[in-house]
Amino acid sequence: MTKFAMPEEIREGDTHVGRRMLRVEDRSLLRGEGQFVDDVPVKKGTLHAAFLRSPHGHAEIINIDTSRAEEMPGVFAVLTGREVAEQTNPMIVGFENPIDYYGMAVDKVRYVGEPVVAVAAVDRYRAEDALDLIEVTYNVLRAAVDPVEACEPEAPLIHPRADSNCVSKRNFVHGEPDKAFAEADRTTELTIRYPRNSITPMETYAVLSEPNAETGGFDVLSNFQGPFSVHTVMALALRIRTASLRHRSPKNSGGSFGSKLVIFPYIVVLCVLARKARRPVKWIEDRLEHLSASSVAPNRVTRVEAAYGNDGIVTGLRLTHWDDHGAYLRAPMPAPIYRMHGVSTNGYDIRNLAVTNHIVMTNKCPTGAVRGFGGPQLYFAVERMMHKIATELGIDPLELMRRNMVRADQFPYKAIAGALLDSGDYLRTIDETVTEGGLDALKKRRDEARAQGKLYGIGYAACVEPSQSNMGYISTLKTGLERERAGPKDGAVASVTVSVDALGSVNVIGDSVPQGQGHQTALSQIVADQLGLDPEEIVVSLDTDTSKDGWSIAAGNYSCRFAPASASAAHQAAFRVREKMARIAATRLNVPPGDVEFSGGRIHAANNPENAIPFYRVGGLAHWSPSSLPDDVEPGIRETAMWNAPELTPTTANDEINTSLAYGFGFDFCGVEIDRDTGVVRVDHYVSAHDCGTILNPGLAEGQIRGSWASAWGATFIEEFCYDDDGTFRSGSFAEYLVPTATELPDFQIVHPTPHPSPYTRLGAKGIAEGNQYTTPVCVANAVADALGIEDVQLPLKPAKVLRWIGGAEPPPSKGIQTNAPAQRNPSAIEVSGQMEVPAPPQEVWDLLLDPDRMARLIPGCERLVKTGDDRFNGTVMLGVGPVKGRFDVNIELAELDAPRRTTLTGTADGPLGSSRGQGSFVIEDSAAGSTVAYDVSVELSGKVAAVGGRMIKGAARQLIDRFMRALVRQAGGGGQAAPARHRSGFLAWLMRLVGGGR
Amino acid sequence: MKNLSRDSRHHVTFRLNGVTVEGFSEPRMLLSDFLRHEVGATGTHVGCEHGVCGACTILIDGTASRSCLMLAVQADGAEIDTIEGLANADGSFGILQQAFHENFALQCGFCTPGILMSLSEFLQDNPDPSVDEIKVALSGNVCRCTSYHEIINACIDAAAALRTSKAEAR
Ligand code: FES
Ligand code: FES
Repeated sequence: MTKFAMPEEIREGDTHVGRRMLRVEDRSLLRGEGQFVDDVPVKKGTLHAAFLRSPHGHAEIINIDTSRAEEMPGVFAVLTGREVAEQTNPMIVGFENPIDYYGMAVDKVRYVGEPVVAVAAVDRYRAEDALDLIEVTYNVLRAAVDPVEACEPEAPLIHPRADSNCVSKRNFVHGEPDKAFAEADRTTELTIRYPRNSITPMETYAVLSEPNAETGGFDVLSNFQGPFSVHTVMALALRIRTASLRHRSPKNSGGSFGSKLVIFPYIVVLCVLARKARRPVKWIEDRLEHLSASSVAPNRVTRVEAAYGNDGIVTGLRLTHWDDHGAYLRAPMPAPIYRMHGVSTNGYDIRNLAVTNHIVMTNKCPTGAVRGFGGPQLYFAVERMMHKIATELGIDPLELMRRNMVRADQFPYKAIAGALLDSGDYLRTIDETVTEGGLDALKKRRDEARAQGKLYGIGYAACVEPSQSNMGYISTLKTGLERERAGPKDGAVASVTVSVDALGSVNVIGDSVPQGQGHQTALSQIVADQLGLDPEEIVVSLDTDTSKDGWSIAAGNYSCRFAPASASAAHQAAFRVREKMARIAATRLNVPPGDVEFSGGRIHAANNPENAIPFYRVGGLAHWSPSSLPDDVEPGIRETAMWNAPELTPTTANDEINTSLAYGFGFDFCGVEIDRDTGVVRVDHYVSAHDCGTILNPGLAEGQIRGSWASAWGATFIEEFCYDDDGTFRSGSFAEYLVPTATELPDFQIVHPTPHPSPYTRLGAKGIAEGNQYTTPVCVANAVADALGIEDVQLPLKPAKVLRWIGGAEPPPSKGIQTNAPAQRNPSAIEVSGQMEVPAPPQEVWDLLLDPDRMARLIPGCERLVKTGDDRFNGTVMLGVGPVKGRFDVNIELAELDAPRRTTLTGTADGPLGSSRGQGSFVIEDSAAGSTVAYDVSVELSGKVAAVGGRMIKGAARQLIDRFMRALVRQAGGGGQAAPARHRSGFLAWLMRLVGGGR
Repeated sequence: MKNLSRDSRHHVTFRLNGVTVEGFSEPRMLLSDFLRHEVGATGTHVGCEHGVCGACTILIDGTASRSCLMLAVQADGAEIDTIEGLANADGSFGILQQAFHENFALQCGFCTPGILMSLSEFLQDNPDPSVDEIKVALSGNVCRCTSYHEIINACIDAAAALRTSKAEAR
């Protein structure tokens, strides 16, 4: 296992940049003194918000009754989506589209978890109580869930103003792909379905919003991460001046990995709610809310086609993407697919490319940024394709990759879709990794394992790692003409301010909005080097305040922006401070400013270190004695750099775009062994290398690689947001959405290849935090393909799925009862059937079944049951399962009555915990004991109950039905014998597992 | 346990890191909420409120427990330890904190309070743990920033330092 070295001593002449300096951030965090949003003290009288959310994937809102909630003591405001729509403008995205998005559902719900009503009350407990008093009536609609099917004309339309659920389709042609395909020796294709996941930070969304009478706007504190271009989106939605929306972020944020970008719709809603309540309102998202309704990476279907020669040289690539963005587009969506456009050919010298992008709406949680931002989906397709071509040609996959790689002498290399790959030596990085990572030994290991009959495979993956996004890339989605009309968009401005006070103390502020990456530490190292100080002497404050800080639209923490952009801005600002102080010092030292050096807290003549002035004295002069400064030197010392790179140019007329500024290179290989009996894929050896140019702090950089590996391992093996075909969400807790823990996450080997600094960033640094999101999923998938000799490898690699690929197919699931097949499949449907001997004649049983008063006593938890019409019943039932308990409004209708023999029934149950629909039949026959009652019931669940524990709820529901049947037997006059119902064994087995029995 | 009435606030007092604290709580209030918002001890974090992530782990009478799965009223009279009590008397890092610092064993620090408390209980009973034992000890804590290996390394270092300091004390 890799063991960190202890930090080395600094030697004379060493720079602080590049040193494994321990983190400044730890001082408060390790003492429990961090400042996360929910730690910041609030004013007395601050209210708490809670949201009532949709239990359905797709439904019309027929009616919302909030009257009882409004009357509840402690409730200050109740807000519906309709009110939000009246008071705000739809939130804009980067292109014209037929979607009106307000952050809350208006007239229709489009995904499970969509906010329907917001409540502000004195505390969170009361706000949640109030939700239980709100009644919403829905008309459930057919849902669109699969992104390819959602584009079909017969798919249910999610947004009425749209012609299709595909709200944007663009074709891109770079080079001559058709010609390449026509002339190629061979062509091949592959379809990838990349799953939905996110990295679920440990701290959820947190917002505190307060109306500001002075500005007519709002003061907001939240863990929003940028890009601050979205600040404009919020202000426009709220119909206020941008300057009236003061946004602050506290010192600490509990991780984000992209997800906290799309907190902004909640900020807008919270502002409206606070205005209605006339108080500050705070909202801390809970985990179910986060998993179901915050943000995820788009799942994507990609058809990739390649044209290649018998020599393995790839001459053309066609990518057709269906990017599934869920129910709404929120700025900067659909960015992930466009952020990677320039590097569609990865690190390969492929000169003919066709790309078709479908941006698709479905009845799922809307998307946002997730670490890797479009890269995992793209590179999975490209790198699987390279593996496939190698297999078809019988060439070693690594050899094939090498033959196609951009060569060292081609840098800077203009990729066919526009990326300007700045620096690198990909083949050398691969060579170094192969040697240091022990590929030869791994191959031997594979051969030995195979000789023993084991399933063992080796996989490879390479990636170009883009960092610092061009703010103009999203315009690539528009046609050249539309772009011309909208005006140019490009660049990516980063801001850092360095100031020196009258005692020579150095303050640094910046716009990088860190979420745990250690930016304070790295910036103190950069500034210390420039000013000849110890980093300990520099105070870096990275909490942000839009009313006071220097910032521009690109501010924030995303797309590996820190190492290229913020580091450059800090370097530039500190450099300017240094220039200014050198000029002041030069007059005292009687040397030209160019001959002045900074070290050890002193400013001295380069050729005579004795001729020196203390750093603090120069600070003092600038503040205390403006008159003694050289002419044209302004008093005070405060320099703000607004740093941008000229290489970030707008999209060209033929859709070429340099999507990012700096491009690192990653290369991984691994060996996996697959258990034939269980389908478990075990990572036996994993090696990862990243050339990210200059390393600012190896401790921080290694942390980013390791963290990325951990989340990429999760994406590869266990993480997936699951939806049924009817839009039911099934991953609402950490028991359903599994994330890696220490026990299953394997260790891996990091190789540090020779760095190739970027010529375009001031320190040569490139981003490093996303590399394993790109390489790990496909590296492992290629190894699995190698082990099993299969082509269709889809993530996550859950054992049951892998087992099917091995061929040792599981027995087919037992057949459920036959009902009128529901229009859409819901695998979480609970199906129960059985029969009972009842010691009473059929007519008596029949009368009992149709008597609401007596039935009310039989149904577990039934509080009320009345007949509302011929063969119709309505009632209230209180049901509790495990951690959740709630009241349901139940409607039942009987049909096909054949007294006293047979009836079918259909019913619904709705409540704050969700909804269910059911159907079934009762058949009563004469028997020796009296009658035999045979029943078949099928119940589908949606909403919270389905999201937080389908399996547990299933068992419990079966138990309820069982209790009901027993009560029926008792009521009908005897201690009757229930014949072993078919479900019994399954339920008992479940219960035994739950209590750990059976051993 | 005495019967509490649902709509009233009850007096709750316990010792927190050696100091007596008190406040009022409805019977349904979670201990994590009480600690953070009534007592103001915000060092303990809340990541899931369903007992899976471990961010809210504290020591109750010396045993690592999920403060999100307990009610404040249940803690009445208890001895509670949290991250805020880990530093040495002079304010410098305790051994476990120092080991985390030197191993880059935290990034955002949101999971850290729970992990520190889980490990401080674990190290008391396991002075010389193996990597596998540490992994099992950590299995109830989720961290999404690190790869856990930084944390495992910190735990190994801390165990060694604790053994040395014990040997020296003898
Ligand atoms: S918050 Fe208690 S275990 Fe997650
Ligand atoms: S350090 Fe961020 S979750 Fe562990």
